[in-house]
Amino acid sequence: MIQVEVTVNGEARSAEVEPRLLLVHFLRDVCRLRATNVGCDTTSCGACTVLLDGVSVKSCTVLAAQADGHEVATVEGLAREGELHPVQAAFRAEHGLQCGFCTPGMVMASVGLLQANPHPTEEEIRIGLEGNLCRCTGYHNIVRAVLAAAEAEA
Amino acid sequence: MIPAPFEYLRAHDVAHALDLLREHGDEAKLLAGGHSLLPMMKLRLARPTVLIDIAELADLDYVRVDGDTLAVGALATHARVGEAELVRAEAPLIAHSASLIGDPQVRHRGTIGGSLAHADPAADLPMAVLAAGATLVLEGPAGRREVDADDFFTGFFTTALEPDEILVEIRLPRRAGEPWGYEKFVRRSNDWAIVGVATVAGRVALANMGSAPLRAAETERALAAGAGIDAAAELAAENTDPVSDLHADPAYRRHLARVLVARALSSAPG
Ligand SMILES: Cc1cc2nc3c(=O)[nH]c(=O)nc-3n(C[C@H](O)[C@H](O)[C@H](O)COP(=O)(O)OP(=O)(O)OC[C@H]3O[C@@H](n4cnc5c(N)ncnc54)[C@H](O)[C@@H]3O)c2cc1C
Ligand code: FES
Ligand code: FES
Repeated sequence: MIQVEVTVNGEARSAEVEPRLLLVHFLRDVCRLRATNVGCDTTSCGACTVLLDGVSVKSCTVLAAQADGHEVATVEGLAREGELHPVQAAFRAEHGLQCGFCTPGMVMASVGLLQANPHPTEEEIRIGLEGNLCRCTGYHNIVRAVLAAAEAEA
Repeated sequence: MIPAPFEYLRAHDVAHALDLLREHGDEAKLLAGGHSLLPMMKLRLARPTVLIDIAELADLDYVRVDGDTLAVGALATHARVGEAELVRAEAPLIAHSASLIGDPQVRHRGTIGGSLAHADPAADLPMAVLAAGATLVLEGPAGRREVDADDFFTGFFTTALEPDEILVEIRLPRRAGEPWGYEKFVRRSNDWAIVGVATVAGRVALANMGSAPLRAAETERALAAGAGIDAAAELAAENTDPVSDLHADPAYRRHLARVLVARALSSAPG
């Protein structure tokens, strides 16, 4: 067992964990933050996307041990005082989700995308979300939501 | 899916990582971005009992000009290699190659050193550094040595790295303004090349046309002798040994190699 300390949504979380514990399981089972989903478990679908030191990563392919001493942001940490984050609000307004399974990862990937590129074109959004699969929406409304969020944040 | 148990050690600098490698020998594997190693460990295709995490070796995360060479530290991520102005200006083929790897999340974690050490014949950067004529700097207990990319990839997922060595630097000839070409044939987004082609300065390298990234030597010879693009590209699949998988059989891969080499040579953005 090893001791890890990870700042999750601004809060220091420390725990004794097995070195093989994946970050996604650290978040779900140790921190009890269950929004981040496991879809494929093989680095393909992006459902497990969180921000690690501000950039998007697939938390099924990062060890909790690798995140030791670093900062993680999950979708639970986005809303401020009951107000949805602009990306969350835009996903809702533009119907950027149906079943919602991909949504936490999709939202975090979008937040990361907009931090790096606050005014993306539609094509840049499609390429920027290449690592996130959605089985329901056909993507159009997701892309619309990210465009709307970019406008709202401007 | 979770990996089998292992011991996790974090190295502070290259000397520390080398000490840990020596101490733990064959049991140990270096962990950089973990985006090849962790998926393999989940599938039990790799089962190291000790992981030496080198991701925090700040002394290997850099991009800098060194005379007529662009030096890239082994821990530079694909995102950094793809986006750094210096790489885009001085080694645009390498920047372009890194920017096509997987998806943004993969590029935020994966490192150039990890990709080259992993030596997947279908991967982007191994083919790109081969075309670029890079030199790889390896550090071991006896010090540093340099290996040409041509001699680094020795076979299927195997390289000239000794078990007690670390790939520390990738040295790229500066090629600002020189035309280059890159073709990556895929059927799905964020996938590896079914066949890939990288070309610059008369060198032509192929991905997924054999057990290791290859030079299209006959094409290069024809170009050097003054042949036109189409005639040279016709020779692209000579001396290749492509695999058969669910994407393509060897005959189709040879066809792709010829077509993609012609495209890469004629596109040559610069
Ligand atoms: C979903 C997905 C899609 C991908 N798509 C592509 C793609 O389109 N094209 C492509 O080229 N690649 C692709 N990859 C692979 C990706 O580029 C990996 O990042 C890369 O192959 C390994 O780099 P890493 O830093 O993650 O290495 P790790 O996984 O940490 O290590 C890989 C191997 O290299 C060794 N190693 C690492 N660093 C060093 C070093 N400095 N010295 C010596 N040995 C070292 C390790 O011990 C291990 O054996 C993809 C990966 C995933 C998960
Ligand atoms: S669960 Fe991590 S990418 Fe699918
Ligand atoms: S909303 Fe169902 S998978 Fe995206």
